[in-house]
Amino acid sequence: MENSARPLLADPRFQRIAAPLFVGLVLLALWQLLCVTLKVPTYLVPTPLDIGRTLVADGPMLFAALLVTLKITFLSFALAVLLGVIAAFLFVQSRVIEASLFPYAILLQVTPVVAVAPLIIIWVSNTTLALTICATLVAIFPIISNTVLGLRSVNPGLLNLFRLNRASRWQTLLRLRIPSALPYFFGGLRIASGLALIGAVVAEFVAGTGGTGAGLAYQILQAGFQLNIPRLFAALFLIALTGVLLFSLMAALARVSLGHWHESEQG
Amino acid sequence: MLMHTLSVDTARPAPGAPCEAALPVLLANQVEKTYPNGTQALQRLKLSIERGEFVSLLGPSGCGKSTLLKMFAGLESPSAGHVRWWGKGSLDTDQPGQRMAMVFQEATLMPWARVADNARLPLDLAGVPKAEGNARVQAALELVGLGKFGGVYPRELSGGMQMRASIARALAVQPNLLLMDEPFGALDEFTRNRLDSDLRDLWRSRDLTVVFVTHSIYEAVFLSSRVVVMGARPGRVLADVAIEGPEVRDEAFRTSAPFIEQCARLSALLAEANADSAH
Repeated sequence: MENSARPLLADPRFQRIAAPLFVGLVLLALWQLLCVTLKVPTYLVPTPLDIGRTLVADGPMLFAALLVTLKITFLSFALAVLLGVIAAFLFVQSRVIEASLFPYAILLQVTPVVAVAPLIIIWVSNTTLALTICATLVAIFPIISNTVLGLRSVNPGLLNLFRLNRASRWQTLLRLRIPSALPYFFGGLRIASGLALIGAVVAEFVAGTGGTGAGLAYQILQAGFQLNIPRLFAALFLIALTGVLLFSLMAALARVSLGHWHESEQG
Repeated sequence: MLMHTLSVDTARPAPGAPCEAALPVLLANQVEKTYPNGTQALQRLKLSIERGEFVSLLGPSGCGKSTLLKMFAGLESPSAGHVRWWGKGSLDTDQPGQRMAMVFQEATLMPWARVADNARLPLDLAGVPKAEGNARVQAALELVGLGKFGGVYPRELSGGMQMRASIARALAVQPNLLLMDEPFGALDEFTRNRLDSDLRDLWRSRDLTVVFVTHSIYEAVFLSSRVVVMGARPGRVLADVAIEGPEVRDEAFRTSAPFIEQCARLSALLAEANADSAH
């Protein structure tokens, strides 16, 4: 049988990594081939090899920019988790609180960050802080909505069991509501981690800050002005890679926390 | 997997022995329940359950048997009338000899907690010291045949074993009153019969009053010392039938003439009730 002859290929964990990598390599090869055979100029579409060379040559500069963007991403992500969870706990305390505040949380979600970013950048003189606030605004909503949903999605039978045993509000929260909410919370984390990165890049675009504190978005802007398309692609590649890594990190976190009991992490 | 009969310090009083408390364990007096939408779940219901009885509430769906059990558990309050526990208007869980536990229709285990942690939950909530709690939980798990399964997660257990874990959680409280709401309804017949006999053995071995909700006539006759037949729309008591049978009931009892006769009688009562409520 094929399965016993090639155990590595049959391993689903190997497949999950190898299969998308293989697809990526095929696409890159196709890209390279098309660029070379059609003689596409580098200032329009650079070949993957060109981009790779730029990535190495401009490495130190791009890497420094990546660190700046990462700093904003992580700061805003942490802030979104902290504030989002606090807001969620507040919302589930009473229907009145939720009814009066939830529309404003939605307002936060539907207002495009590019539209508010200029204001925030004017009001907050510290650039890092201003960018962090913008990215937090983008990332916070899924944390709030998912955590609220989770805190409310308690098995009614278990709730009866807790009532029957005269559990205090605090005991019910700690032993029932929080564990029940965890799968939803981790779902929110996954979405929010990506949004924090998007928020950070968009805010950098709007702020357009240069100098030593410039992030990847600024490098993209600059590369665009200078028609340095390989560098633009290299920066883009780094952003995409960061997004994928963030997502994987959140998935791993969920697996570690929920793997022993929740259906979503089985198999 | 038979439940081990435990040597218990609190043996059931012999039939006819004078009880220090003549008060019924449970008393529902003129209890009514009307929901806000106008549905009358229970109508002027009167029921008294004595210490050491095994009473089944038997009836079609919608007869209010689960509602009545929830009232006995203190999870719902009557719209009119009152419920008394050991003669008192409220349930005092800390009082020795007056502890209550409930087993639900589903196992209702916390999926994130191991079986032993699930069974220890009521003790943890009540602030029982960890060491004592662990000992009581282990004893309860062994009683239901899950002695070796304390460290596994609920999803690793079959439906029947999950139900056993749920019963262990109730037993760890060392209850004197056990309320069970169709606990074996979702199980296959074979598993249900086995759990029924284990439950019956357990009840005989200790000072335990059981109120058991079911819609299975066979289960009610096999388990009970008394069956309360209820009718629907509105929920009310139709008949209160004492069950004749040996103290020790086994598979032979399930095929004996008295068993079949009593099932037929209850079946006739239920058919009559359904005919009444049909128009």
